[in-house]
Amino acid sequence: MSSSILIIVFLPLLAAIVAGLGNKTLGFVPSKLVTTGALFISCALSWPIFLSFLSGDAHEVVVPVLHWVKSGNLDFAWALRVDALTAVMLVVVTSVSALVHLYSWGYMSEEPDQPRFFAYLSLFTFAMLMLVTADNLVQMFFGWEGVGLASYLLIGFWFRKPSANAAAMKAFVVNRVGDLGFMLGIFGVFLVFGTVSIPAILHNAPAVLNGSTIGFLGYRFHTATVLCILLFIGAMGKSAQLGLHTWLPDAMEGPTPVSALIHAATMVTAGVFMVCRLSPLFETSPTALGFVTFIGAATCFFAATVGTTQTDIKRVIAYSTCSQLGYMFFAAGVGAYGAAMFHLFTHAFFKALLFLGAGSVIHAMHHEQDMRYYGGLRKKIPVTFWAMTAGTLAITGVGIVDVAGFAGFYSKDAILEAAYARGTELSHFAFFMGIFAALLTSFYSWRLVFLTFFGKPRWEQSEHIQHAVHDAHGHDDHGHDHANDHAHHGHDDHAHSDGTAGYHPHESPVVMLIPLIVLSIGAVLAGFVFNHAFISEGTGEFWKGALVFNEHLIHAAHHVPTWVKWAPFGVMTTGLAIALYAYIVNPRFPAAFVEQFAFLYRFLLNKWYFDELYEVVFVKPALWLGRVFWRVGDIGIIDRFGPNGAAWVVKQGSRAAVKLQTGYLNSYALVMLVGLVGAISWVIAR
Amino acid sequence: MTGSSVGGFPILSLMLLVPLVGAVASLKANREQARLIALVATLIDFALGVVLWASYDIGGAQWQFTEHAAVFTGFEWKLGIDGIALVLIALTVFLMPICIGASWNSIEKRAGEYYAAFLLMETLMIGVFTAQDLFLFYIMFEAGLIPMYLIIGIWGGADRIYASYKFFLYTLLGSVLMLIAMFWMVNEAGTSDIPTLMTHHFPVGAQNLLFLAFFASFAVKMPMWPVHTWLPDAHVQAPTAGSVILAGVLLKMGGYGFIRFSLPMFPEASAHFAPLVWGLSMAAVVITSLIALVQHDIKKLIAYSSVAHMAIVTIGLFAFNQQGLEGSMIVMLSHGLVAGALFLAVGVIYDRLHTREIDRYGGLAINMPYYAVFFLLFTMASIGLPGTSGFVGEFLSLLGIYQESSWVALVCTTGIILGAAYMLYLYRRVVFGAQKNADAAAMPDLDAREWAMMVPLAAVVLWMGIYPESFLAPMRKDIAVVEQRIDAAKPKGDANVKIAAVTPVAAEAGEAK
Repeated sequence: MSSSILIIVFLPLLAAIVAGLGNKTLGFVPSKLVTTGALFISCALSWPIFLSFLSGDAHEVVVPVLHWVKSGNLDFAWALRVDALTAVMLVVVTSVSALVHLYSWGYMSEEPDQPRFFAYLSLFTFAMLMLVTADNLVQMFFGWEGVGLASYLLIGFWFRKPSANAAAMKAFVVNRVGDLGFMLGIFGVFLVFGTVSIPAILHNAPAVLNGSTIGFLGYRFHTATVLCILLFIGAMGKSAQLGLHTWLPDAMEGPTPVSALIHAATMVTAGVFMVCRLSPLFETSPTALGFVTFIGAATCFFAATVGTTQTDIKRVIAYSTCSQLGYMFFAAGVGAYGAAMFHLFTHAFFKALLFLGAGSVIHAMHHEQDMRYYGGLRKKIPVTFWAMTAGTLAITGVGIVDVAGFAGFYSKDAILEAAYARGTELSHFAFFMGIFAALLTSFYSWRLVFLTFFGKPRWEQSEHIQHAVHDAHGHDDHGHDHANDHAHHGHDDHAHSDGTAGYHPHESPVVMLIPLIVLSIGAVLAGFVFNHAFISEGTGEFWKGALVFNEHLIHAAHHVPTWVKWAPFGVMTTGLAIALYAYIVNPRFPAAFVEQFAFLYRFLLNKWYFDELYEVVFVKPALWLGRVFWRVGDIGIIDRFGPNGAAWVVKQGSRAAVKLQTGYLNSYALVMLVGLVGAISWVIAR
Repeated sequence: MTGSSVGGFPILSLMLLVPLVGAVASLKANREQARLIALVATLIDFALGVVLWASYDIGGAQWQFTEHAAVFTGFEWKLGIDGIALVLIALTVFLMPICIGASWNSIEKRAGEYYAAFLLMETLMIGVFTAQDLFLFYIMFEAGLIPMYLIIGIWGGADRIYASYKFFLYTLLGSVLMLIAMFWMVNEAGTSDIPTLMTHHFPVGAQNLLFLAFFASFAVKMPMWPVHTWLPDAHVQAPTAGSVILAGVLLKMGGYGFIRFSLPMFPEASAHFAPLVWGLSMAAVVITSLIALVQHDIKKLIAYSSVAHMAIVTIGLFAFNQQGLEGSMIVMLSHGLVAGALFLAVGVIYDRLHTREIDRYGGLAINMPYYAVFFLLFTMASIGLPGTSGFVGEFLSLLGIYQESSWVALVCTTGIILGAAYMLYLYRRVVFGAQKNADAAAMPDLDAREWAMMVPLAAVVLWMGIYPESFLAPMRKDIAVVEQRIDAAKPKGDANVKIAAVTPVAAEAGEAK
């Protein structure tokens, strides 16, 4: 296992360097082959590790790579740690990444900058693998920042677009707010434990932190609470939890395969991974766990409400991701770490599927992302339709209690049952938030499907489609980039009464369909096949202490009242029914609803006004303060009364001094030297 | 003569001599000859630096390569280095050939004198780090600024006179106070020998005044807020190579001064004034970062970012522990490389377009893709991305100060947010976006000379980020000496962790897996 983990982690880095530096010299196909090949090899090596943990044969391994930093009693190295938790992440990361690489062959085929794109994708995968194999907190932070860099580069991949640049920067900076917490958390951990080694911290956490208090910012708190909340702030940034979530929807500026890999399946789940990895530490602070529960529950509710109003297909899925991450966090918060990881696992497959499916739709619809201009695509792109349907069945958690269901059915229901079974006030709050969010999830997910694939085509109002039709007819003399240009209104002169504007969507090429099919299988079967390993009673065997596995909680969750077990099913069907009514049976209903509840609609459409709030509270004041400190502080006060003031005094003083500051530098130098010589002479003579 | 040396050969004197000879030779030479002389001289010094590092005995005597010659009574030619000086000398000799490379085509008028000034400066900078006599140090320390005045004042931009004047005025004030303090110290201790002074115990009452006198000089050199305003002007007006060496080495003299003089010689006073240093550093991190956010001039932006980074140095130094001290040394080295590289990167485009206005650029990733890669690497190193040199130092310094004060750590760690904001905002406006100016869009990518300057910098930035042990090892023991010297005086941290239960496990908590 030790040599294969080295290959798994470092091969993508190697591929990224080759493709990135080789770039156009190397050519499109070689750079794509190198990166995609590397990822498939990593993936092929990861599954055996996962399966060997599943069968109970494997034990944790730590493979040292290189010494990193030693300073006083602080000492940490580059090392790769593999245990059950890492094994889960390995298969998630490498599988989705390999499929996304493959998918990008088709999706990015018209892109002139392909080597760069694939190099970034592989670089991201490397950083993510470093994160999940970290044996100490600092290496985890390395991976954490590495994926942040890759995310920044990929969101801004189309760097000519101002909106993409803004989104990339926003993602990085908002994440840095979380990193502030993470870094302080690491400092605190080192202060308390004298080490940053994760196993050492987890081993000692119960004994050291029990009843321990720490001074922080002038007050005294429970040590465990301070440390866990600081670290969790880092997780909030990376996993886009309420308050630090604003970057995730904007990150949809990146190419869709990126959204699938980074902003759905892997990077954004890093926070959940971190909490699970450090679960013995979090277990020492009920306050921190309560905070985690609350943030998770609030996020899952908040993001689901916003998701119901968005019209951009990718943004709907982005808010859905945000909401699902909330589920994972409150699962961790109530102590059901196994369930959190299980939802992370299933979610990776069905959410990557939904994003790649959306990409396929966007591809077919000539870069149009607005669902208002979709409709009736079911027959045109049938594979995509079925894949998206599988994804939707999975995310909405369709299944029959005690029989079988799609992936999300197992993982989401496990979370909700655990939250109910935990029995605290906060866990019940989370339960009800989760149930309500499940209703909304079902609604917005089916809304997406109905708007996209059902009804009549509404394509003719789309500028992208109009351009496409123009191009096809050879009328286009603008020569502009379709993806980037909304300014031109090439009004359609081919009036088609069927709403298609004469456009013919095509199913995506086979390299894009293969990932969709593979992920569809995952979305359908992952829950059924793996739920025993992750969340059944007695699966502490599988985790082998890689995370805290609370047998009592699992036992209690299996024996919640029947209504609790059926509640997710009930709200899921309700959501489906509402979506069905509003978008198939009575398509005028949404408009009427919006008119009736205009305020609510605007509130949700504008994402609870978080961006506007932050603009007013943080961005504008920061720039204003910067200008004030500069113009008033530095120039107006320091310079005026400092050097310039001195100059003024000197000017008034004597003509000689006036000469001095006319700028003959040699004379300054001379003055200086004369002074020095004088001083030295004095010393000698004394 | 103690410690290791190269067969008893006075290598330090030689390292001072080579650039000096070069300076004299190039003074009257024409442009082509002068730049060649300068390049050869700096490369020889670099080679000597490599020999120096290779023959430095890690864990050996504290002072190595020592040389001693009594010039006249009360003044001695006394050289010698420890690990702290070694790494700073290495930084100097590494950056100098790159500076000559940066000046290769851009300096046209009075080239002989220009290269002479640069070479003289190299001698004086190495002199600062090698001097073991207090007055020898002072001469090197102050005289090192003279070539810099000249470089800014003669080969600088439009407002060069004002900038060099400001530079002069600020540094003058500090120097005078420091010199007076030195006289007093030599009188009191009866020696001007720096190693002896580092172990001399000055009366606590006098320490405070001495500390303040040295502080006046070092704070300006650093520069610390609010005596930083000379730096943006100096950087903006200086030619590219001047900016590189200013950011790369001259700013490190303040930090070197703190770790060589203030901390070991005045430990009680250092502890006494630590809150002052913390306060100024916190102010610097927040204020200058915010100012950097609103700059329109690339060089000014990087200059303000330097002030913020130097505040991390002072924070680390006044954390009074091994991590803080080592961290601040790594920040100094890293900032020398990264800020130097960033100024170099600015110089590359300034040479092509002759403007520092951020808005005149844009979309450089299209016509200068390799340039964009280097610029990105250095931007990320400046932000402190793990894996680059910037992270290691910043992390250790902040980790160090956290053990003293969580408030200071919190405020200074906001620098990672603000730093990301201003650097990425810069990168976005210069490198990303559409090509909006035809002349900027027509600029060619890096040429061979520019590659030759960028690659070594990039390599060392990554090296220091991935395996900083190479740089930490030589100075570990010397940092420990300083740490022991200040340990007794250091303020008590605010964390004061209380562990309730009697737990034998706590004892083994420090044991890493």
